[in-house]
Amino acid sequence: MSELTRLSAAEIAGAIAVGEVSAEEVTRAHLDRIEQVDDVVRAFLHVDTDGALNAARRVDADRAAGGDLGPLAGVPLAMKDVVVTQGLPTTAGSRILEGWIPPYDATITRKIKDAGIVMLGKTNMDEFAMGSSTENSAFHPTHNPWDLGRIPGGSSGGSSAAVSAFEAPLGIGTDTGGSIRQPAAVTGIVGHKPTYGGVSRYGLIAFSSSLDQAGPFGRTVLDAALLHEVMGGHDPCDSTSIPQRVPPVAVAAREGARADLTGVRVAVVQELGGEGYQPGVLAAFQEAVSTLRGLGATVLEVSCPHFDYALAAYYLIAPSECSSNLARFDGVRYGLRVGDDGVRSLEEVMSLTREAGFGPEVKRRIMIGTYALSSGYYDAYYGQAQKVRTLISRDFAAAFEQADVLVSPSSPFVAFGIGERVDDPMAMYVNDLCTLPASLAGTPAISVPCGLSEGLPVGLQVMAPALADDWCYRVAAAFEAAYVGTNGPLRAPELIGGTA
Amino acid sequence: MPDDTVDSSTARISRAEVAHLARLARLAVTEQELDVFAGQLDVILGSVARVGEVAAADIEPTTHAVPLRNVLRPDEVGPCLDRSIVLAQAPAVEDNRFRVPRILDDEQ
Repeated sequence: MSELTRLSAAEIAGAIAVGEVSAEEVTRAHLDRIEQVDDVVRAFLHVDTDGALNAARRVDADRAAGGDLGPLAGVPLAMKDVVVTQGLPTTAGSRILEGWIPPYDATITRKIKDAGIVMLGKTNMDEFAMGSSTENSAFHPTHNPWDLGRIPGGSSGGSSAAVSAFEAPLGIGTDTGGSIRQPAAVTGIVGHKPTYGGVSRYGLIAFSSSLDQAGPFGRTVLDAALLHEVMGGHDPCDSTSIPQRVPPVAVAAREGARADLTGVRVAVVQELGGEGYQPGVLAAFQEAVSTLRGLGATVLEVSCPHFDYALAAYYLIAPSECSSNLARFDGVRYGLRVGDDGVRSLEEVMSLTREAGFGPEVKRRIMIGTYALSSGYYDAYYGQAQKVRTLISRDFAAAFEQADVLVSPSSPFVAFGIGERVDDPMAMYVNDLCTLPASLAGTPAISVPCGLSEGLPVGLQVMAPALADDWCYRVAAAFEAAYVGTNGPLRAPELIGGTA
Repeated sequence: MPDDTVDSSTARISRAEVAHLARLARLAVTEQELDVFAGQLDVILGSVARVGEVAAADIEPTTHAVPLRNVLRPDEVGPCLDRSIVLAQAPAVEDNRFRVPRILDDEQ
């Protein structure tokens, strides 16, 4: 493997800035890596070789002309296929959008391009971001680079696998109930879900609008922070976008790397552990808490009793919003149309199109949402879930009076085998146990690698109050410095047999 | 005031109700899917009905994590996509418009 693919995003950007290497060389090295390993990892749905090389050459030309390069100029990135990209196929992992070429860029796509970041292609995902394993992709599963028989997490499993497998140093995912943090955890990388409204949703294909939030993947906390700063900020095209500056996450990551948490109050959430969690995950988590204590943090315990109801509330709210959002896929203006024989009615064609275009998990959620929003059940289901959401936010508020950050495992399990849970929706949903509270409260949370269990990565989740994303990065970076200092970085196996 | 709690032990959904939901959601599900979905939706709804165990009668619902209200931008004409670009992605086009299947019955 080329050494270039082993570097962090910060290192690559630094090498390009001083002319040690060209952006084109860096991009070629990653395209070669994709060529070598993606037939087994299958992280990508679409690789944009020409677009990536052109973007890299523009960075090289800018540098030659003495232009000011951004902090990630020339660094390759894997983009989740739920983010629209002008002129590049965007499917959201669904047959209903197969072949669709978006006529515009998402705000984050535009920001990535403006920053000189090189988009290598679009990554696989659970259909419309509904899932925790990427097995709900209409196209193919993605394989965990740590063990190709296992899932890479989901729904952003293509991006997490690509970053873990050294196909890209940076990735973008979206997180509705844990779809950045859980894949980051099970592939041994860093993933952050920003404060809701911290990153524009304009051009994200909507799943659950009050929860969806895009965020960064990297192999280091600093890399994720640098990408967060590029992605984040107010966007007038998104009415839920927070009209404030991005929290100083890169500064926080650098400060955290000094590995001193003296005076920082870290609370373990009682409800996020215990029964249903794998012993190896809990052991790695306990070890991580000890490490935080060793860095000077004050560790305490808090109880957030309504977190026990997060799963139930989430699996009412998210399907309800999805049943409304996905009504736009009607076979009229774009995407698939099935059964239009000149005789069938619009309604029949619509129903046939949606039947053919959506996979089983999407259909299940649309129907659950339709049920929860129907007049006789609205108050008992959707309305009640929204009240539980308020109580979860209050639990957070009370906990943050005692602590600066809350910690938990990022997922109750390590990566499980492909096919193991596909026939049991509830067995799949419990993957999100740890990540759902922060999703429902709209608060920021990061997953940082904290060790191995059965030879597979475990993630530590660090949660902070709304708008205090920098606290997530600071604590995660301190932990990372201590962990890597003792154990070396967690890195997925090489994957290539014959060529080394 | 109506009782707005759901007893999770009795929250159950029939195959006919699932067929009705599918119709409302414009999903032409097959008979075989109905069998599978009826069982799965029954389990899922039985599980999520747990929200009813929380005493929340006097709690305000949260519709959005960020308390922003009435976000408006200036009412100004801006650039928009050219019609040909939009129609290029349509499944069927006629006379510079989206062509849709029949929306009225013959006799109407």
